[in-house]
Parts: sequence; structure tokens; C-alpha cells
Amino acid sequence: MDSQLVPHLFRTEYGKIVAVLVRRFGFDQVGLAEDIASETFLAALETWPYRGVPEQPVAWLYQVAKNKAKNAVMRLGRESELAEEFAVQDEIDLSDSGIRDGQLRMMFAVCHPAIAPEAQVGLALRILCGFGIEEIADAFLTNKETINKRLYRAKETLRKERIEAEFPGFEEVEARLVAVLATLYLLFSEGYYSDSHEEVLREDVCLEAMRLTELLLTDDRTNQPQTRALLALMCFHASRFAARRGSNGDMVLYDDQDRSRWNQELVARGAKLLQEASVGDQFSKYHLEAGIAFWHSTPEESTQKWESILMLHNQLLVLEYSPVAALNRTYALSKVKGATAAIEEAEKLKLENNRFYFALLGELYCEIDHKHARAHFERALALAKTEQDQRIIQHKIENLSL
Amino acid sequence: MNEYALIMRHEDGAKIASPEQIQEWMKQTMDWIGGIAAQGKFVSGTGLMFDDAKTVHGVSKMVTNGPFGEIKETIGGIITVRAESAEEAAEFAKGCPVLQGEGNTVEVRQIATHGKQE
Repeated sequence: MDSQLVPHLFRTEYGKIVAVLVRRFGFDQVGLAEDIASETFLAALETWPYRGVPEQPVAWLYQVAKNKAKNAVMRLGRESELAEEFAVQDEIDLSDSGIRDGQLRMMFAVCHPAIAPEAQVGLALRILCGFGIEEIADAFLTNKETINKRLYRAKETLRKERIEAEFPGFEEVEARLVAVLATLYLLFSEGYYSDSHEEVLREDVCLEAMRLTELLLTDDRTNQPQTRALLALMCFHASRFAARRGSNGDMVLYDDQDRSRWNQELVARGAKLLQEASVGDQFSKYHLEAGIAFWHSTPEESTQKWESILMLHNQLLVLEYSPVAALNRTYALSKVKGATAAIEEAEKLKLENNRFYFALLGELYCEIDHKHARAHFERALALAKTEQDQRIIQHKIENLSL
Repeated sequence: MNEYALIMRHEDGAKIASPEQIQEWMKQTMDWIGGIAAQGKFVSGTGLMFDDAKTVHGVSKMVTNGPFGEIKETIGGIITVRAESAEEAAEFAKGCPVLQGEGNTVEVRQIATHGKQE
């Protein structure tokens, strides 16, 4: 038996089984749903190595999950509410549309405003994407206990607040969709910018965020311009996965990437989605960020490229301030107006606890004054948290002539 | 941190600018605002359209076309920024592209707050 088969199926099917069971039993039974899904995979591990993998492993899993659900309800006793309901309607709907609907509902429940954003991301990874606790801990660079506690608290909130795994009403969808998109954006960013060394795992987190965003596009209520803009943004970033993976495991910075390794298929997909997002009067930060990412995906350097990136950053900052956007704007400014003008603006940012701030200043001074550049890189080095960051900055310092 | 309104005044708002000039101005204004926003100090802002502007006159309530009174000075736009002091707000104002025009001004006024002052 292929040793990767069960882990792979776990990743793709666990979340579906949980979503469908929760859709049937309600969110107060999320623990039961998770137990049933886990036991289903345990059953596979216990039987497949000896009797061989069934011809249709997914169908096998679904059947076992259905049986286990039936048994679990019986164990709860005939008098329980669940059992009474089940007597009327005992079908667990594991059809494509049942799964799709279950996962959409689950997404809205997980992204409920009552749950803290980082817990939302953790819950999404666990319940929607089937990541193991250890994997989530690795991706967040923390330990299993922290993740377990975070998930436990989030599930308690779901239970206490009596949050139903239901699609919100038509008027509510728009406001709630904002929260869902914010979580998916965070989920993708966790994968894309995490300091974790688990390269494959990080890309998997990104791909899951993309899959869930795609799922939103399959429903008229959630297939909104901002959803398309978010997926466009993800496509542009994902197009650089291969190019930013260095041979020694280190991250290859944008300027040093082999541009022929950018995935043009994903760039084209992003461009098409961004075009489809530019309808109606909905305008979001995802539109602006997708626009920036689009320009970053054009391999040729041009005045128009950097002027556009600068303009989009101006708009983005007006919409919502963030240190990252402020630093990126200043970098774009240096490309348009030169290093001297950019240094003047950069020094006003005063992000003195931010390693990227000093790295940027160091970079800008490289063209003007190597002594200043070194001083800034050294401050960045002192703030760098990971060995990889330290190596990259050290390398920059070594390339200076002073 | 207080909030200040930066009020842009044009000495002669009746001057007609070419589309290229307007384009360039817009770019410069966005760069100026972007620079303030990059420091997390931008609150809000709005341009004021010259087209179809009206002025209502006192007592008689007479309505005339155009944003101008007896003199041609007019307000081109307002932005609100966060700053520690009127001096810091004035530093922001110095970057305003409107000031490239001779006689134009940017007025700095603290926004009145009902709550306690920070």
C-alpha cells in the first residue's frame, strides 16, 4: 500500500466528512463529527494493509463514516433528540452537492465574528482542511498545546454562542462574507509569509486557502467581485512558489528570482479573475492588492510598472494602514523617484521595531552610502528572528564595499 | 494625537487646467496623501468639484453659479490628518501640490472634538 495514500485522503476527505456530519447533526455535535471522521480513517488504517485498498477508497470511507454515524446516534439512546430526528431521516448526504453545501456552511460558522481571528484560521485548518494539530503548530511556529487550547476555546465559543452551521440570510451574507474572506486571506498569508521551514506544508496551507476561496465562487451568494479579487491575488502570489524556493531551502527574494520559473498559467488565471472582479461598484483592498500582485507578476521592468504599483499602494494605505504596505510603498517610490527621495519618506515611517524597515533603509542606502547601509543592515540583523533571515541580511552586509 | 483639517485654497480657482495638468496633479496629490497614509496619519479626505458649484448669498439667499464670491479665491479640497501638534500638521501641509501655485495656501485647523482631549 502506498504509504502516502491515507495521509493524502485524510487531507482531502476528513474536512468533507466533518462538514457533512455537522450539517446533519448541528454545530453542538462538532466533537462527535470529528470523532467519527477520525475513527473512519483509523478503520482504514486497520483494514487496508491486510485486505488491500478498496477499489473506490473514497466511497469506502464515506460508507464507513455513514455506518459509524448511525451507530453513534444509537449509542446516544433512543430517547435523545438526535435519535428521534435520525429515525425520520437517516441519510448522511455525502453527495457532491451535500459536501459543497456542508463546507460552505462550515466556512461561515468557523469565520463567525465571535471567534478570534487566529482561532478562526486554526479551526479552518483543522476542520475544513484536515490538517493535523502538529502540522498547524509547525505552520504557526508554536507548540501543540497552544494550538489545542486555541481550538478548544474556539469550539467552546461555537457551542456557547449556539452558532449554527447555516448559511446566513441574504441580507447578512455580505457582512459575513467580509469576515470569511478576511480569514481566507489570513490563512493564505500564514502559509505564504510564515517563518516555518516546512516549505511543502506552507504551500499546502496556501493551496487549501485557494480551494476554499474557489468553493465560494461556486455559489451565487458568495461569488462576489471581492471574492474573485481575493482569488486573483492568491493566484499571482502562488505563481511564484517554485521561483522562491531556493536549492538550499532558503527563500529566494523577489529581485533574485528566476522569472522564467514564474507559473504563467496561474498569472493568466489571476489576470482573468481580476478582470472579472472589476465589475459593479464593489471595491476592496483585495482589488488593490491583486492589482499590485499583478504588476509584480510582469517580468519586464518599466516605468509604468512601478508607477502603477506606487499608485495602488497609495490607495491601499488610504483604505487601510499597515506597516507592510507602508514599507512596500516606499520601495515602489524608490523605483519611481530614486533612492534619495525614498529615504526621506522612509525615515518618516519610524517603524523602529521592524526588521524589514531597517532592511529597506539598508537597501536604499546601498546606492548612496555604504556606511549608512551597513549601519541599517546591522540593526535589521539584530531584529531578525530566524536563521534564514539572519543569513540573508549577513549576505547583504558582506556584499558592501565598506 | 489630534486631528487637523488641511484646507487647500486656490487663489484663482477659475483658471482652466489642461487634462495633462489635471492628470499630473492627481498623481502628485495621491503621492502626497500616500506619504501621509504610510505614516498611519491619514484620516480622510475629499476633493471638491468645481463643476456645477453654486454659492448661496446671505440675507437675499441669492444663488449664483460657481464657487466664487467677490474674489476668485476658492477651496479645492480638504483632508484630515492625525498629528501631535499644529506644527506637525503644518509639516504635512508643506508637501501639498497645491502650494506649487503662487498665492495658493493650505490652512491648518484643528478639528473640534466633543470628548476629552488626548
